Amino acid sequence: MSGARLGPTARGKRSGIRPFHSSWQAKLLAIVVAAYAVYALGQLEFSAERFVKGLDNGARFLARMFPPSYRNGDQIVTGFVESMQIAVLATFFGVMLSLPIAVLGARNLMPAWATWPARLIVTLCRAFNPVIVAIVFIKAVGFGALAGVLALIVASVGFVGKLFMEAIEEISMKQIEAVRATGAPFLSVVTYGVLPQVIGRLVGFCTYQLDANLRNSTMVGIVGAGGIGAALFAGFQRFEYDFVLAILITIIAVVLLGEFASNYVKRIFHV
Amino acid sequence: MSNAMATVPASRTWQRHTVGQKLARTALWLLIAVAVALSVQSINVIWEFLWDAPEQMMDMGRRMWPPDLAYYPKTVHAALMETFHIATLGTIFSMVFALPLSILAAHNITPHKGLNLFAKTMLVSSRSVNSLVWALLFVAVFGPGPLAGAVAIACRSVGFVGKLLGEALEEVHFGAIEALKAAGASQTSQILYGYWPAVKPAFWSIMLLRWDINIRESSVLGLVGAGGLGMAMNAAIDTFEWDRVAVILLTIFAVVVIGEVVVTYFRRRLI
Repeated sequence: MSGARLGPTARGKRSGIRPFHSSWQAKLLAIVVAAYAVYALGQLEFSAERFVKGLDNGARFLARMFPPSYRNGDQIVTGFVESMQIAVLATFFGVMLSLPIAVLGARNLMPAWATWPARLIVTLCRAFNPVIVAIVFIKAVGFGALAGVLALIVASVGFVGKLFMEAIEEISMKQIEAVRATGAPFLSVVTYGVLPQVIGRLVGFCTYQLDANLRNSTMVGIVGAGGIGAALFAGFQRFEYDFVLAILITIIAVVLLGEFASNYVKRIFHV
Repeated sequence: MSNAMATVPASRTWQRHTVGQKLARTALWLLIAVAVALSVQSINVIWEFLWDAPEQMMDMGRRMWPPDLAYYPKTVHAALMETFHIATLGTIFSMVFALPLSILAAHNITPHKGLNLFAKTMLVSSRSVNSLVWALLFVAVFGPGPLAGAVAIACRSVGFVGKLLGEALEEVHFGAIEALKAAGASQTSQILYGYWPAVKPAFWSIMLLRWDINIRESSVLGLVGAGGLGMAMNAAIDTFEWDRVAVILLTIFAVVVIGEVVVTYFRRRLI
């Protein structure tokens, strides 16, 4: 602090502004956040007593989790195979749907009458959590993997569609101009002018979305849309916490593997 | 070099990819095709339910309309406030835990391979387990209620915030740090006066983004008993009161839109 005061900034000395000194707004914000945290904790019926009891429960819970049990290993395998199927199909059809929607929604390629509906679709797909969408689809097509696939297709359109649309809007228009100057029809403009500029980023979005769909397929299973989530939820309800831990470890391992695989795929397409 | 170039025969046809690259790409396309075909073939779908879907959707629409607006002040508003508290408290908690972990994960601040790996493993585990699964765990520990939700949101967010913040820390320009080191600054001073000012905008933008995501996620945590809007929705679905479900869905949609507006406003002011 004294070092800062010795500094040669005469202006700092006069107005009391010192480098690295937090302003009163920042201090006020910190106080407000702290006060809010205390208030909200009170609202959520949080008490030290309950927390200690929770820790006690947590210790017992952890004790029952270890060691992880792979007794029902075949259940884990079938659950994961279904989760993978859900993730693959949802990513494939989601990306297939988002390609035309993204081209329609890009403001630099299309007039306003086309961009507005496309953007509305993407926003609607993004607005609801996949779990809520899954519940609606379970009502429509019954329990099972199909509801999960449909829910994750919606989520994929929301994510890939939005990012891909933004990627198309950032492309250089010179190449489009060049392709148009040869008299190419619209489809050729897209294939030869737009796609080569965004294909690298599209591959990135797709691998990320496959990864995200695999993770989310564990989540939609909890509400009844198939996959490993169903086995996980059943494990919780039967208090078989060692089985739950086995599933969780497998999920983390698969997600890590998926991250490696997606890096590999990206390398193949970027070279 | 110039000698080697001169020896290339004039008739050589240039190709963008080597044979190996072409093979890798073809193999990848084949792999995608096989994965999709296998998934379509073996996924467990009851087709009668799919053909029935439009009718079921219409039925649901009829049951949802008109929404039972009187239900909002009775139950939904309190649940909404609970969701808000869960999301905000979870974000604040995650900030507290993510800061030290991100410092441990950044290899330029912590030049220790073991600590880096430890922090990165913690962050990956936090990210690969879904917030709904975290909620299941903490409902078992703390009992049903919003406290489990807030802790679950915090546990899921730590990985997200920690990863992005760690990456931001690793990208900090070395010059400022070197200057501080040359002046004899301690490790704490380096972090406070070298790293922190450089990552401050990124930090606030990450926190805002995560808060926005948390608002969406905390609205479904109640499906497994962790408080908030999801709990009200679960109750309404279980009793087939679809007009009440419609009110809750409208509330979630409104919250998501408001959240997006708020985040956009603050991001523009902060950055």
